[in-house]
Amino acid sequence: MEVRVANVRKEFDRFPALHDISLDIRSGELIALLGPSGSGKTTLLRLIAGLEAPTEGAIYFGEEDASYKSVQERNVGFVFQHYALFRHMTILENISFGLKVRPSATRPPKGEIRRRALELLDLVQLSGLEKRYPNQLSGGQRQRVALARALAIEPRVLLLDEPFGALDAQVRRELRKWLREIHDNTNHTTVFVTHDQEEALELADRLVVMSQGMIEQVGSPDDVYDKPNSPFVFGFIGESSYLPVEVENKELWVGGRAIGLPAPDETTGAALLYFRPHDVELVEDGAALAGVVAASRRVGGTRRVELEIGGGKERVEIDLPFDHPAGEKSRIAFRPKRWRLFPVKG
Amino acid sequence: MAAFSTRFTFRRGNRRMVLTTRKRARWRFRQPSVIPGFGLTFGFMIAYFSLIILIPLIALGIRSAGLGFDGFWRYATDPRVLGALRVSFSTALIAALVNVVFGTLLAWVLVRYRFPGRRIVDAIIDLPFALPTAVAGIALTAIYAPNGPIGAFFAPFGIRLAYTPAGIVIALIFVGLPFMVRTVQPVLEEVQHEIEEAAATLGANRWQTVTRVLLPGLTPAILTGFALAFARAVGEYGSVVFIAGNIPLVSEIAPLLIVIRLEEFNYVGATVIAAVMLMISFALLFIINLIQAWSRRRFGYAL
Amino acid sequence: MPSSAAQRRVRAATSESRPVQWVLIGISLVFIAVILVLPLTTVFAEAFRRGPDEFLKALADKDAQAAIRLTLLVAAISVPLNIVFGVCAAWAIAKYEFKGKAFLITLIDLPFSVSPVISGLVYVLLFGAGSMLGPWLRSYGIEVLFAVPGIVLATIFVTFPFVARELIPLMQVQGTGDEEAAISLGANGWQTFWRVTLPNIKWGLLYGVLLCNARAMGEFGAVTVVSGRIRGQTTTMPLQIEILYNEYNAVAAFSLAAMLALLALVTLVLKSILEWRFGDELAATNGGH
Repeated sequence: MEVRVANVRKEFDRFPALHDISLDIRSGELIALLGPSGSGKTTLLRLIAGLEAPTEGAIYFGEEDASYKSVQERNVGFVFQHYALFRHMTILENISFGLKVRPSATRPPKGEIRRRALELLDLVQLSGLEKRYPNQLSGGQRQRVALARALAIEPRVLLLDEPFGALDAQVRRELRKWLREIHDNTNHTTVFVTHDQEEALELADRLVVMSQGMIEQVGSPDDVYDKPNSPFVFGFIGESSYLPVEVENKELWVGGRAIGLPAPDETTGAALLYFRPHDVELVEDGAALAGVVAASRRVGGTRRVELEIGGGKERVEIDLPFDHPAGEKSRIAFRPKRWRLFPVKG
Repeated sequence: MAAFSTRFTFRRGNRRMVLTTRKRARWRFRQPSVIPGFGLTFGFMIAYFSLIILIPLIALGIRSAGLGFDGFWRYATDPRVLGALRVSFSTALIAALVNVVFGTLLAWVLVRYRFPGRRIVDAIIDLPFALPTAVAGIALTAIYAPNGPIGAFFAPFGIRLAYTPAGIVIALIFVGLPFMVRTVQPVLEEVQHEIEEAAATLGANRWQTVTRVLLPGLTPAILTGFALAFARAVGEYGSVVFIAGNIPLVSEIAPLLIVIRLEEFNYVGATVIAAVMLMISFALLFIINLIQAWSRRRFGYAL
Repeated sequence: MPSSAAQRRVRAATSESRPVQWVLIGISLVFIAVILVLPLTTVFAEAFRRGPDEFLKALADKDAQAAIRLTLLVAAISVPLNIVFGVCAAWAIAKYEFKGKAFLITLIDLPFSVSPVISGLVYVLLFGAGSMLGPWLRSYGIEVLFAVPGIVLATIFVTFPFVARELIPLMQVQGTGDEEAAISLGANGWQTFWRVTLPNIKWGLLYGVLLCNARAMGEFGAVTVVSGRIRGQTTTMPLQIEILYNEYNAVAAFSLAAMLALLALVTLVLKSILEWRFGDELAATNGGH
């Protein structure tokens, strides 16, 4: 099922939460809404589910305008951060709830409901726990039950709101892999919200990076990581360092010295140079960024070096292999291998 | 000899070590704490509790035990006593059931809806806790007596409320209501909004969400509130005696029969009724605790 | 306006429709009006039925005055004693870990599940004719039953748990960190209690005292049994109300009742103010009874 969000605006008591959002979600894809808290990602998810109504704009499921449909009619599977399992029901009762509450005309017979619930329990690898109560399961197990419960109604879209947000790092990683497998097997159109970029990069077919109620960038994880189209995205996704530079004569300058990087187009004036700390090459001579080592610490397999550039006015970080000889030096010159330039407005 | 003596000291040392570890793991009444005053406060609490509550209750127990089983049974199965117990427990049961319905509804309305005067309604729920029972008793009688505003409304239809068991039920609804509301209300406030949203996304309509998801989740609280309201109603005296009519076997409640027996200086008769009532009350208390323990074990929450 | 239509449809997902809400609110308000508000207003209406003069005359009556004095005296003795008990119990239970604590908390609630009449009866058995204590005390000129001490004892019994059950959960939530900090800074036990613990629990304490006092002044069943109802001597206000009512002196009965109803209203108002203003500091308590 394709989902199309068309020019949606959402206000809560006059406070704008989303500004004119448009987004096409392709059938069968696993798409992540990524952003800091307050960016509107959860609001967008709840609008798609029908748990909130847009102030303006429409949401289409396929060709059909779903804006006027109630949450019950939309037939979406929703997984909540804190599971929201019915604690007075057994696991099996939880999973079969969505089928049991259907009107009698479309409700499967009892035996069929039970069979399908058990099948789903097997899919989420919790066979044998059908008689337990939610309270008797671990957080990871509860979230699996929540997913099985959402899948039981054969949803047109599967929506997950920070599904692993309440879990330990270890369990998170396991469930991430497992969710990917489930998605590949069932091929539901899936939208999940997260503020964890690693989770989004690893899991999603496409990312939607959001900030302050607007979409900053949509693209594959590689696209977004390699070609961030704004300082926000560059800063939010992955490690980054930045440095104010001057653009003149199709070259970049820092403190009156050319640094050996060509300006990409005709822009001139002040700009910000963004690069990944690990994506740099050290150079001995010639035009480069040179700085005095201000701090150096080993982080696992790399050494993070903090450099003062331009007489201590700016600091950037670069990563070196932890046993690289340059780590001992007091002065390092380098050039970013890949970088982006964002003009400073005003 | 030297070897022997070293071995001996070693063994003695060893034994001393065993002793000290055993001392550390010894049963301990209380965990150590740097905060002073345990002896004083604990001692006062136990002494006061024993003098005021425990010894008098034990005295009652000894008195009734002194009758022996046969004597006790003879007094307890006196038709008037049985009648009074039946009236007390049946009216309390009906009142508690009415409160289950309306108490839950009130808790729901107070937690979920916003309407003018909500805070005042919320505050006035506690009126039966604050209003002396005798005051409630005469006021209810004035209202439901055949010449009172509500009594006069029913009188033409031949329906009498005051001076009948119906009047007792009304008074017991009054005293039991806050127990129900104040037990369900906090639990309802804690219900996560997500639970309802989850039910809605799964296709449940509002009625299904309320009856299959929300109310069953409230069951332990409702049961507890019911038991509290019932226990209070069984023992209630002040608000009931004025409105009850106090006709033996029809509208005479057990606490009133105790008072009557005392006025007849029939201490034994009074003691037996009290003992029967206490046993039932404590059984109820025990059941409340069982419900809560069961609920906590199974669902991870109680009350 | 399509968007507002959508708004309405969606809101229905996790709440009832407006008409259903108003029906439920309406039923609740009618129920409250009939069951709670009507009795309260009836008390005042009946008290003033023959005008304010009769009301004031009823209050000025010699026996009524004696009943008011006795009620105040009983409350003035029993409430402070229960405060001391409540604070001690809460301190011992909340600040230390010891065996049998849960059972002890259940025991403290015991008087709530005992009929007030039985609360009075136990003292009749303990001090009345045929007991060992009663005649022995009488030989020293001490009357317990059908006298003020008996009334005080019965009142203490029924109001016993109020302060303690308000403070115990509150102090348990607050934990022992503050006290341990104070003691590590050199404060002794009394200083810790007065300067650290008491400021933390003062609103909860006041809350418990309010409920305790309301019950102490209004207790009827337990006092009925132990007082002997000697007019002008052992009748508290509720007992005097009963006597007047049974003498068909309704205005006088309701006049005294109005005073107690006023006390109940003041209690409710103060309680509500405490809950609204200091809700966080009372947070550990789940409603009062």
